[in-house]
Amino acid sequence: MTTNGSDTSPPKPLWLLAELTYKCPLQCPYCSNPMDIARYTDELSTEEWIRVFKEARALGAVQLGFSGGEALVRKDLEILIAEAHKLGYYTNLLTSGVGMDEARIRAFKQAGLDHIQVSFQASSEELNNYIAGNNSFEHKLEMARLVKKYDYPMVLCFVLHRHNEDQVEQILEMSHALEADYVELATTQYYGWALHNREQLIPSQAQVEAAEAVAHRYQEKYKGKMRIFYVVPDYHEARPKACMNGWGAVFLTIAPDGTALPCHAASELPGLTFPNVRDHSIEWIWNDSNDFNKFRGFGWMKEPCRDCSEKEKDFGGCRCQAYLLTGDATNADPVCSKSPHHEQMVKLVNQANMEPKRDTAPLVFRNMRNSKKLTAHKWPTTSKA
Amino acid sequence: MSNHFKAADIPQISATFRFQWEEAQGCHVLLYPEGMVKLNPAASEILKRCDGINSVDLIIKDLKSAYPDADLDSDVYHFLDTAYDNQWIRHKSA
Repeated sequence: MTTNGSDTSPPKPLWLLAELTYKCPLQCPYCSNPMDIARYTDELSTEEWIRVFKEARALGAVQLGFSGGEALVRKDLEILIAEAHKLGYYTNLLTSGVGMDEARIRAFKQAGLDHIQVSFQASSEELNNYIAGNNSFEHKLEMARLVKKYDYPMVLCFVLHRHNEDQVEQILEMSHALEADYVELATTQYYGWALHNREQLIPSQAQVEAAEAVAHRYQEKYKGKMRIFYVVPDYHEARPKACMNGWGAVFLTIAPDGTALPCHAASELPGLTFPNVRDHSIEWIWNDSNDFNKFRGFGWMKEPCRDCSEKEKDFGGCRCQAYLLTGDATNADPVCSKSPHHEQMVKLVNQANMEPKRDTAPLVFRNMRNSKKLTAHKWPTTSKA
Repeated sequence: MSNHFKAADIPQISATFRFQWEEAQGCHVLLYPEGMVKLNPAASEILKRCDGINSVDLIIKDLKSAYPDADLDSDVYHFLDTAYDNQWIRHKSA
């Protein structure tokens, strides 16, 4: 979220991301949901979600994202939108469009939905459907046209990786033809499924540079008509992203089972207890829980972050990435060239630059069957409460 | 005086933005897909009046009656240009 003006008051959860369900008709192998999605069967009820919305709004949350999985799977989405709208949220539906039709788009409008973001997997039908694992491309085009017809601001989102990184020009022309107000050229974030498939997804340095050049050219070309956000892939950088704008600073994610997280990938971190909204108030979770305070501010930092002049700019990068790649969440994000682990990032990108050795293993698609197969060993014998 | 607005023009907040008071922020804000702009009091006073009914000269007249000591013509035009360039407001469609 962008704001102008500094803020010295205690942090407030401006952004509430409601992951309503991990069920999804798509199977994108770059999904950043956790790999154990099959475990999340005990979803929050309509009433429980409404309580979460009320409590987070009282703390100051103003942007609410309905996400998943695929939020459209929830039959009570219209009710949840209406309640959120009444509370004064700006409501965002982040969707694949699969499960939507004109009647639902109209009903969402009546319920007060402010914005619909439709994700595409590519600008060509063939690649889109291969990555999504279903024949959704034509339907997505139709949904995008209806989003405009019903006068929503439309954001089109494309997650880039080595299979579609060379399509940026076609992606932006397609977006312009669909009259998108904003286009988000997101980069694959290597958590969950994406991390599992990293070797097949990571683009080469040359691909990234070419994509960036096209994005900048089109930012000029469609200035004032269509805003293009290009997210720099952090693996290819020398400074880390300011992940979540700092831990417990702005973002509050609620997983389908009510687990509260400072970001949607944090469930992979060890040593956290993951408070649940069924047991605690949002106020306690945000202000007082150990987890939300664990990496808040700068006190947790080690060198090279502790004395770094840039720590207030990037907060040491991403805690999850530090853990996943160095084994210690209090380390600097290895994307940073000041990190003693940075060499392995360079190695990963170098591997991606070498074409012939690639594509040895197949992409593993994100679905419940693969989730069960790949994470069964991690399941506790007693069910997750 | 202004690049985008003349005295008789009628500005209104763009459909892609929502203008509201945020208690937790202690200020008016503009909300848009996944984002927020915090507004200072002067900007809020002007945007409050960009209702798609009042022309620019009526907006200035109204502001002058609320803030009689301010010499604000050029400030208002300047802000309207900034707001237009940021796509916060547009001309009311005929």
